[in-house]
Amino acid sequence: MAEKKEEKPLKKVCIICAKGTIEDVYASLVMANGAVMEGIEAKMFFTFFGLDAITKKKMNKLHTGTVGNPAMTMPGGIPFPTLLGMLPGVEAGVSAMMKKQMADLDIPPVDEFLDMITAGGGEIYACKLATDMFKLKKEDLSEHVIDIITIGDFYALAGGDNTQIIFT
Amino acid sequence: MATKNIAGISVDVNEEGYMTDPSQWTEAIAKELAKEEDIELTDEHLKVAKYLREEHEKGAVLTIRKVGKSGLVDIKGLYKLFPGGPLKKSSKIAGIPKPTSCV
Repeated sequence: MAEKKEEKPLKKVCIICAKGTIEDVYASLVMANGAVMEGIEAKMFFTFFGLDAITKKKMNKLHTGTVGNPAMTMPGGIPFPTLLGMLPGVEAGVSAMMKKQMADLDIPPVDEFLDMITAGGGEIYACKLATDMFKLKKEDLSEHVIDIITIGDFYALAGGDNTQIIFT
Repeated sequence: MATKNIAGISVDVNEEGYMTDPSQWTEAIAKELAKEEDIELTDEHLKVAKYLREEHEKGAVLTIRKVGKSGLVDIKGLYKLFPGGPLKKSSKIAGIPKPTSCV
């Protein structure tokens, strides 16, 4: 007999961003912003190359990798040869194009995106291990970063019913 | 599609309660719709609702970023006005379709 299952709505998402390409960072930012816009609590943990997204000097200069990405095509849908991606300037050109396409959809630069997420109550954290490794200090990071914490501390923030951890 | 009596007026709504004909909207309806969302409608809310309606009529894609740049209210203020749904709740109260943007 089919039982009617009652679903409880999602209450909190904890998003771990470990990569620093435009698409990885924006996937995390869109998910966090989308959560707060739906009234879902969002906490973000940036680690390893994901730290670029909250590092003042790097956050608005992210790139998309043009090498080893089989899903990438040129305008018109022609496959993008990896060899072409290796040429100087190509990665910068592709990255600029990605940013332009997102700007057309009213998707903001990284710093402004963090403004939006935190305006909605989202929280931003940096990974202790990775900041030590990359020799980054709190002052190198966006003012939206609440604290530099360990993954254990982050898990402690991930409690409660209907919480999900998302890794990108 | 269904019709619903809001503030004494029969309006077309979809299954989620969004009005499907923005021209049926009145401020009295906005007040009732706001109540359903536990919001006490103020002039601030109405300003945002009217802005959304104007932009919607122009065919613009609505985002909280756009509202934040409208000069009416910043994004933090928008969250305060429409807790838990800055774009969804404001659109519902403004009598326009549910927003389809992720930002």
